[in-house]
Amino acid sequence: MFNYILRRLLIALPSLLGISLILFTVLALAPGDPFEELAQNPNVPPEVRLALRAQFGLDDPIWQRYFHWLLNMVRGDWGFSFVSRINVDELVGQRLPVTIAVIGMSQVLALAVALPVGVLAAVKPYSWFDRIASTFAFIGFSLPTFFTGVLFILFFSIYLGWLPFVYRADLPETGWQWWWAHFKQSIMPIMVLGLFQAASWMRYVRSSVLDVIRLDYVTTARSKGLAERVVINKHVVRNALIPVVTLVALQMPAVFGGAIVTEQIFRIPGIGSLLIDAILRNDTPVIMAVTFVFSALVIVFNLIADILYGWLDPRISYR
Amino acid sequence: MAGSTPASATADRSQGKAVTGVSPWAEAWRRFKRHRLAYWSLWILGALVLAVLVGPLFYKVGINDIDFQARLAGPGGKHPMGTDDLGRDILARMLYGGRISLAVGFAAMLMAITVGVIVGSIAGIARGWVDTALMWVTDLFLSLPQLPLLLLLIFLFRDPLKNLFGLELGIFILIVAVIGGFRWMPVARLVRAQFFSLREKEFVEAARALGASVPRQVVRHILPNSLGPVIVAASIDVAAAIIAESTLSFLGLGFPPDIPTWGRILYDGRDYMDMAVHWALFPGTAIFITVLTINFIGDGLRDALDPRQVL
Repeated sequence: MFNYILRRLLIALPSLLGISLILFTVLALAPGDPFEELAQNPNVPPEVRLALRAQFGLDDPIWQRYFHWLLNMVRGDWGFSFVSRINVDELVGQRLPVTIAVIGMSQVLALAVALPVGVLAAVKPYSWFDRIASTFAFIGFSLPTFFTGVLFILFFSIYLGWLPFVYRADLPETGWQWWWAHFKQSIMPIMVLGLFQAASWMRYVRSSVLDVIRLDYVTTARSKGLAERVVINKHVVRNALIPVVTLVALQMPAVFGGAIVTEQIFRIPGIGSLLIDAILRNDTPVIMAVTFVFSALVIVFNLIADILYGWLDPRISYR
Repeated sequence: MAGSTPASATADRSQGKAVTGVSPWAEAWRRFKRHRLAYWSLWILGALVLAVLVGPLFYKVGINDIDFQARLAGPGGKHPMGTDDLGRDILARMLYGGRISLAVGFAAMLMAITVGVIVGSIAGIARGWVDTALMWVTDLFLSLPQLPLLLLLIFLFRDPLKNLFGLELGIFILIVAVIGGFRWMPVARLVRAQFFSLREKEFVEAARALGASVPRQVVRHILPNSLGPVIVAASIDVAAAIIAESTLSFLGLGFPPDIPTWGRILYDGRDYMDMAVHWALFPGTAIFITVLTINFIGDGLRDALDPRQVL
């Protein structure tokens, strides 16, 4: 198992390098000077700007700049945010936990909805439950997250007045009150993201279970006299999940896209809204760092999927 | 995309007679019609496209005409979908924006399919290191965080393209290229997988034995047979591209404010949700219905063209 994880890590490394190369090329090819903002700022004297240019090596050839930048990223020196006036790694460090929490919770919710519904729909295909679930799944992933978010705010915040529609990082309450307020403000973002994911996962689970449930070994398990619950849980679901894990891993970039939108709607102070702010305010080091963090997160989730794969299908680990 | 609207109305009649006369497209159309939701979705989407294309010819209200007497007015009377904060007619803006949203969807789909088919065919027919390299690039693109990169690219290249092609066309080209450039990977994988099984089939071997060159084998024999799954993927891609464009507009990084796409109208209406619900609801519903019908049509096409695939 350890070897397997190590090998996966070694495969992930070139992808990360490739992504960093693409990112860097895009930024290098793009017209405009990353220090434009600084040049227009009258408080920054020209010599400071020139010193900064030299420090960031903007006058070097491109490949040298790439290696320089890469080395700095690896060493943890991610640069300085022109707008927020603090180090980028600190800024990202402040924002990242919120994003991870929202994404993580929504994925748990998506799994909790998609797995039972998908399995139940596949156990009795074309029953009324299956039809209703499939129709809802279609509606679910045809509703873009930004529209669901708007609808939720409209219904729960404006019409019913139950939930706050702005996410606050600095809640005034303490103790249990704080947890309650936190819970209340997290419901809508997590629901928006989680239900969207659940809709497409449910279809994956359903079709994958349908594939497995007709295989001979399932009939064998039934004819051994095992309870239907045991057959489904131990024999069918575990094997059906293997392709689902792959599909889920492939969806990860879309999940992060959804997270950016959700953070923007509910004004959650995560790295998604940080990215939008940075883009609108031309804060290059932050843009670079956040995009890179998103890439790294995608790769980390792919890695987790690979490890899950090894756990679900023990044959893989020994290869 | 000849396959998306097979025109043969004879599919049902020929059923009772000899099966030999049924063309593959007629057969596909017969199977497509059995998918009830897909069939009705095709009509609804057709009506929507027609409304957006022909609507402005009959509904002659300018998208920037300001009606001060009816600011934030609800639907009804003079303004069937109400007005926004400046008193501009939302129906007129929806019709105009629909053209852009749908055009972006189709253009981005065409781009994604073209790139995907080319990359997939080359990887599928070349084997060896070319295949390995192309698939590595494909996997790399698959693991890129798409939305952040979309935002970044649009932010970086918006101004130069605006200067080059003018405001509207420049942004259109940019958005289509960027969305299309991030959607080709599944198509490439599909086409490659199809090529792997098709190029070993007897009919391709026969063509090879008759001395057909590799390009001829690909264009005349392998590619036409691998089109089914590609058409299915194409329909889903239109929906994905429409969502991507609306998302960009919704984040304020799509088309500029004076070009009202559906995502942009929704974005503008969001701040007035407590006073004028209709402003956000109409564009949102339009996006939802378009995407839903396209997804249903894709499902129907999958039943019709690609019966082996269950998902």
